[in-house]
Amino acid sequence: MSEMVEAGVAPAIVVPEREGLLRWITSVDHKEIGILYIISAMAFFLIGGLEALVIRLQLLAPNFHIVSPETFDQMFTMHGTTMIFLFVMPMLTGFSTYVVPLMIGARDMAFPRLNAMSFWLQLFGGIILYFSFVAGGASSAGWFAYTPLSEKAYSSLPGVDFWILGLACIGIGTLAGAINFAVTIICLRVEGLTIRRLPLFVWMTLVNSFLMIFALPLINAALAMLLIDRFFNAHVFDPAGGGSAILWQHYFWSFGHPEVYIMILPAFGIISEVIPVFSRKPIYGYEFVAASSVAIAFLSFTVWAHHMFAVGMSHVANLAFGIASMTIAVPTGIKIFNWTATMYGGRIRFTTAMMFATAFLITFTIGGLSGISFAIFPLDWQLTDTYYLVAHFHYVLFGGSVFGIFAGFYYWFPKISGRLLSERVGKWQFWLTFIGFNLTFFVQHILGLAGMPRRVFTYPDLPGWHAMNAISSIGAFMLGFAVLLFVWMIFEALSNGEIAGDNPWEAWTLEWATTSPPPPENFERVPPVHGRRPLWDLAHPERADELVARS
Amino acid sequence: MDRIPVLAPVSPQAHALSALLIAVFFVLLAIFLLVTGLVTFMIIRYRDRPGAPEARQIFGWNTLEVIWTLIPIGILAIFSVFMISADRAADPLVPPGRIPDLQVVGHQWWWEINYRASGVVAANEIHIPVGKPILIDLRSADVVHDFWAPRLGRKIDAVPGHPNMLWIEADQPGTYMGECAEFCGVEHTWMRFRVIAQNRGDFDAWQRTQLATPLSPTAPDAIAGAKLFTDKTCVNCHAIAGTVANQTVGPDLSHIASRVMLAGEAAQNTPDELFRWLKQPDVIKPQSHMPNFKLTDDEARELVAYLEGLK
Repeated sequence: MSEMVEAGVAPAIVVPEREGLLRWITSVDHKEIGILYIISAMAFFLIGGLEALVIRLQLLAPNFHIVSPETFDQMFTMHGTTMIFLFVMPMLTGFSTYVVPLMIGARDMAFPRLNAMSFWLQLFGGIILYFSFVAGGASSAGWFAYTPLSEKAYSSLPGVDFWILGLACIGIGTLAGAINFAVTIICLRVEGLTIRRLPLFVWMTLVNSFLMIFALPLINAALAMLLIDRFFNAHVFDPAGGGSAILWQHYFWSFGHPEVYIMILPAFGIISEVIPVFSRKPIYGYEFVAASSVAIAFLSFTVWAHHMFAVGMSHVANLAFGIASMTIAVPTGIKIFNWTATMYGGRIRFTTAMMFATAFLITFTIGGLSGISFAIFPLDWQLTDTYYLVAHFHYVLFGGSVFGIFAGFYYWFPKISGRLLSERVGKWQFWLTFIGFNLTFFVQHILGLAGMPRRVFTYPDLPGWHAMNAISSIGAFMLGFAVLLFVWMIFEALSNGEIAGDNPWEAWTLEWATTSPPPPENFERVPPVHGRRPLWDLAHPERADELVARS
Repeated sequence: MDRIPVLAPVSPQAHALSALLIAVFFVLLAIFLLVTGLVTFMIIRYRDRPGAPEARQIFGWNTLEVIWTLIPIGILAIFSVFMISADRAADPLVPPGRIPDLQVVGHQWWWEINYRASGVVAANEIHIPVGKPILIDLRSADVVHDFWAPRLGRKIDAVPGHPNMLWIEADQPGTYMGECAEFCGVEHTWMRFRVIAQNRGDFDAWQRTQLATPLSPTAPDAIAGAKLFTDKTCVNCHAIAGTVANQTVGPDLSHIASRVMLAGEAAQNTPDELFRWLKQPDVIKPQSHMPNFKLTDDEARELVAYLEGLK
């Protein structure tokens, strides 16, 4: 223990001690900001979930009239926007904000004030977005806001304007956060923690930062152009004035496809932490898991037009984007195989976190495989814009990102709160979520093949459509119940949960080397880092990873 | 299989797509079963049991990494070959100088259909002769729409300022569903259409009736309806051959009685439903561009009598 090293140096910011709400508002501590991210993301998760339930209620039976068509369109627009920009992204950012400095043995983020600014811009963007409901109606142009439908001529209400301003705020905050993560990870690692020894969650956060730095300016620029179109009649995207409707789609998806990976890479990181810890083994093929993420990040910028195979591009463009899109399956497959191989020969502890991680392997694989059927562009011509697509991306984003988020929540909650979530309730929540999720979305594959288009507020009573929609709606309500159970369980654990201790999972990365929750300065002393699993090395000095690797 | 239109093709174009879909499905299913099988094996075999020894610390094996990199690349290479051949079959190149058979224009929220050779103008119901590849020149009058008749061919967007070409075809007579597949605003739901494939003789007969000027009404209520059609400003948006009505903002009504559906398939074309549509368009298709003229029951009945006579 004599070689404990000093925690990484972070700029000393003297913040006056405050109490209560004021303390949270003025905080520049990465742990408190991380918690703020997580709480606000949870709140928006509930709102977005409620919107999903309105959608599923309206689609329960053909020719239902629970809500007006206009309201329905607002619901799916806000559901998509909320879940992407106000839940999945900030939730994962919240985990990164809390955990990354701890994992690299740092005192805080590189730019603590910028960190606070990122969060408050994020929340402010969310508030602007939702303010539209009381300021003339939320946008009903879809989260993709295709032009010219989102232009003033077809969406005259201010909803789209609030949507643009809200997303621009979030975009700027996220961009600042991405720079902050990149600098933190590159500059503030504790001595001995080389890039090749970084925990994979940190690796994914680093790769993700670069994805954000390159992708978000694209959407921010496009949003500015759309705003100028709407306020000053610039006609950038308006064919009636000589603009191009398709140009918007190129901008949107050149951001939008990397965005998909922005939402999944940190979840990959969580899975890469959870599976080894609960299999009691190191990650299989560390270098390949890390390198395949870099490959995915590069490729993600070359595939955006696979969202546009139905637009009527040239055969050559279709072929190029089709092949590029299929290529992403290779690094993704490498990850799935390595995670599965990590379980091989392990002593797997099926905690709730591990159950979500294991379920992720199956559900994300379904989403990934159905994704290949969109990369094969002639199939995309039949499948796109049907419920098959809705099923596909929910398997990726719910069965992937959200299952990853749940795994991360169960895994890190003890570190953040000092208390364990109930494993008994957790297992109920897992099974309700897993069954509810598959009930909701699996049947949508078939519904899509049967020809049901997306974004319709009702449907004709064609054979089988009613039954399949009813199954999907029942699953959605089950899922809603599982989420309520999850929220209740969190409150229950905060007051009555079992005390966690420093390292309840016997994990090996640095965040478990300090108290739960960690003190404001994070570490008194950081353990020495000679490998990827410093706490394993500390417990087994005679079988340290580096020694084993060298022998 | 008729319930799953993408697997019930009736044209060579759609057939290429469904064959590809089935082939790809089985390969993907095999991969899925492999992954699920492996994960299930790990779950059962390596579950922690009391007294089990510590797990052996394995870090990886490069040979295995190479194997599971190369095999997927091989599978994807095969998919690429399939992809290229299906592309050629489902979306054949348009021979230079080939004039489209139809011009289809997407409007919020209905389809305008112009037969280039005969000059027939129709809406939402596309009659085609059996066994002949039909080339469609697809356009949009406002926002992005998408033309999709899954049993006849691929889907493709109708983009303002960017005309697209599309082949459809039907091997056998029948009625085939179609829909707008790109979100195009509040009534995107009711922008459905149908393709009615007919034998040559039936198709020619249909074209002849569509080209004929509809007979002037003779019954008193229908005559009153015809007058209302002008007085109530229906003529500002619609066209009826042989009358002063010649606008193309809304669907051409010259032969409305020959259609099966109304309002992008939001309603059946029966006298009762047409009556409801005229009285309360905002209930049947809220926010569609068809205004509510606050017609009295008598006025609506007279208009129905007139319109249902336009065979």
